[in-house]
Amino acid sequence: MSEPILEMRRVSKSFFSIKALRDVDLTVYAGEIHALMGENGAGKSTLMKILSGAYRPDPGSEIRIDGQSVQISGPLGGRAAGIAIIYQELSLAPNLSVAENIYLGREVSRGGLLAREAMQAAVGPILARLGADFTPQTQVANLSMGQRQLVEIARALHARSRILIMDEPTTALSAGESERLFALIRQLRAEGLAIIYISHRMDEVYALGDRVTVLRDGTLVGSLDKGDIRADTIVRMMVGRDVSSFYKKEHDPRNDSNARQGAPVLAAVDIADGRRVKGCSLTVHAGEVVGLAGLVGAGRTELAHLIIGAVPMISGHVEIEGRAVRIRTPGEALDAGIAYLTEDRKALGLFLDMSCLDNINLAVLGRDAKFGGILDRDKARDRAKRAFAGLGIRAANVGVPVGGLSGGNQQKVLLSRLLAIGPKILILDEPTRGVDVGAKSEIYSIIDNLAKSGTAVLVISSDLPEIIGICDRVVVMRAGQIAGQIRRDATSPLSQEEIMALATGTEQLDA
Amino acid sequence: MPENGASANAATTKAATAASGLAAAQETKRQRTRTIIRAVGMLPVLLLLCIGFHVLSDGRFFTGQNIGIVVQQSAVNTVLAAGMTFVILTGGIDLSVGSILAASAMAGLIISKFPDLGVLWLPAAVLTGAVFGVLNGALIALLRLPPFIVTLGSLTAVRGAARLLGADTTVFNPSIPYAFIGNGAVTLVPGVVSIPWLWVIALLVILVSWLVLKRTVLGVHIYAVGGNESAARLAGIKVWAVLIFVYGVSGLLAGLGGAMQAARLYAANGLQLGQSYELDAITAVILGGTSFVGGIGSIWGTLVGALIIAVLSNGLILIGVSDVWQYVIKGLVIIGAVALDRYRLQGSART
Repeated sequence: MSEPILEMRRVSKSFFSIKALRDVDLTVYAGEIHALMGENGAGKSTLMKILSGAYRPDPGSEIRIDGQSVQISGPLGGRAAGIAIIYQELSLAPNLSVAENIYLGREVSRGGLLAREAMQAAVGPILARLGADFTPQTQVANLSMGQRQLVEIARALHARSRILIMDEPTTALSAGESERLFALIRQLRAEGLAIIYISHRMDEVYALGDRVTVLRDGTLVGSLDKGDIRADTIVRMMVGRDVSSFYKKEHDPRNDSNARQGAPVLAAVDIADGRRVKGCSLTVHAGEVVGLAGLVGAGRTELAHLIIGAVPMISGHVEIEGRAVRIRTPGEALDAGIAYLTEDRKALGLFLDMSCLDNINLAVLGRDAKFGGILDRDKARDRAKRAFAGLGIRAANVGVPVGGLSGGNQQKVLLSRLLAIGPKILILDEPTRGVDVGAKSEIYSIIDNLAKSGTAVLVISSDLPEIIGICDRVVVMRAGQIAGQIRRDATSPLSQEEIMALATGTEQLDA
Repeated sequence: MPENGASANAATTKAATAASGLAAAQETKRQRTRTIIRAVGMLPVLLLLCIGFHVLSDGRFFTGQNIGIVVQQSAVNTVLAAGMTFVILTGGIDLSVGSILAASAMAGLIISKFPDLGVLWLPAAVLTGAVFGVLNGALIALLRLPPFIVTLGSLTAVRGAARLLGADTTVFNPSIPYAFIGNGAVTLVPGVVSIPWLWVIALLVILVSWLVLKRTVLGVHIYAVGGNESAARLAGIKVWAVLIFVYGVSGLLAGLGGAMQAARLYAANGLQLGQSYELDAITAVILGGTSFVGGIGSIWGTLVGALIIAVLSNGLILIGVSDVWQYVIKGLVIIGAVALDRYRLQGSART
């Protein structure tokens, strides 16, 4: 192979006395997709922030680009060195146009006035090269997440970046958008860019990675070449131990006499909101885990919001254990025994400044209260401690603010709040998004145990291996309607192709 | 690279685990320091101010009489700031408390002049305040209007109402019932220690506020609404009820403040009473460490904040700073307090 475009040698980074990175080496060649993996806290983000110039590495670290030793300082330093980062949380200004975003901070002016036309003209060819279906004048607020990602990539190309770092780029994308992004990434590779691809998702690394480097606890575990990339090897490298069964599914509603008898615990009947959800029906039985699959934008989260009364429905109704119920607010849904785990735990779930204790107890404070409104602090503390022990939440104590916890632990705190009410029906929206491998496996185990004890679980997920791994049945949505459902049985496991065919509607083309 | 030996790997993992353990320990330590800073807050500043003024005024600050004046002057603002704390904890603002105070005092004085209803003037004043507060809350919670705009509107409208109530004149009642709460004192040790009734009321308000905020379900819900309103809604909290409650409390306490003023002055004037009191109340809350974006803060901080303002006013007069400079200094204190708020937020999870 040719000379490497980027070499990092003995890169270390300390915060106070804590070593976040210890003597990490990384070599990246032009024209390769280099996957970087590791659990949350393994040091991936720190390494990338050093490359972008946000952090300065410790003395003794060396970074070479095209064989030349370089110092990267400040965001402009990263850009000058030809490095562009596309962050998980996209960094676009939604109120500005595509062209304005691409030129942000480097606006071209003539005689003190913005040269808007010139900027738009320069952006046009880049968008065409990326196969974008929007114009430089489009306001970013009107773009989908996938389209916004294209704008970010266009910005990198416009800055003539040669090393592109993508941090979990598919987190917010639908399967179709992800496929398009993969094709684009391969195209950029063919054009000679080096791409560092950070992801938790094994299937993506399989599909894309030319090489995989794994970090753990701030140190380099090793790198694998294409031929050696295997899921079990990578997982073992990431967690430092064998992960025999990643997805845990021991419950089986077919063996459960209660499950199939009588009415389903939850039945959504012909629910519509007049916009995104167009008459959807589904059922979940006791002890059953039902997956709700579909592309992002298919209306899955919207359907969940309708069921729990967060948004008013214009037609249809919900039945619980065979009886029609009227749910107008999320509070009434909780009273009816339906708990909903939001897909956006920071914005819609947690109170980041409040303690784990308050976050866990929030939904049951009223029920536990003495004299109609005085907090029962002992009960709350006991409940929080039980949740810490039962779900394996790792934090100094129950009193620390939940905002300081890792993604996996935050998710478990939010989950404990829902479990505290003892729900009959649990709707989990992307339960493992932004959660590290170890915590993912623990969450699957929690879901399995809940199903075993008779809870009806509906899991909304864009991670197909996850749906296949933990669900008994999959309902697939497409464009606001139920496209079909697939049942797992002894002879045929759920298949990714079948789900994708329903989600994208390709089965109709074949017919 | 992957073949370089399991033992070396194990060793690095161990070291890293130890490092992360240390990191966790340091993190909790930093957390604790932060909690202490937030809890103690501006108390050291208050003490330093007191000592400084005592020295600069040749020992005239720490005298029984002067301390009595300071607490008496801070009482009404403390009561208003307590209500303001509820509002700001939800991420809102109440600009109308000064006007509500005036309207409540007017209503109280007018009632007090009716021969048979006279004794009811105090509940009438408090109730007037509560009604205006609930109106604010209803507009904000049910029509989803921004608190700044709604209370800016009622700042003007209720001021007009206060003037209308007395036909734009000053209402006197030299024989107003319960006048003792404005000027009397509770004697603890006869001839030695007595506490003005105004201050007793202010302390009771602080104590009850603390109980509500820290010991009731409603209190947690107030913090939750301020911390993350959408999450609160999804968690089943009746956000509208919480908002109506906090603006209602703010109005009710403004009404109580009006009653305290009326009892002290035996008079009320719809135009002048309570002018720009909202600013002192907001300043006290922010000085006390309550975050302007909501969700963080404590009522004890508010008490300290209110005392700082009173000490500042009193001390500047004691050491002979001119009226003009008092304004400049107080204004700078407000800006300094907000800068402090920013600095404090940097350490929090939400920035």
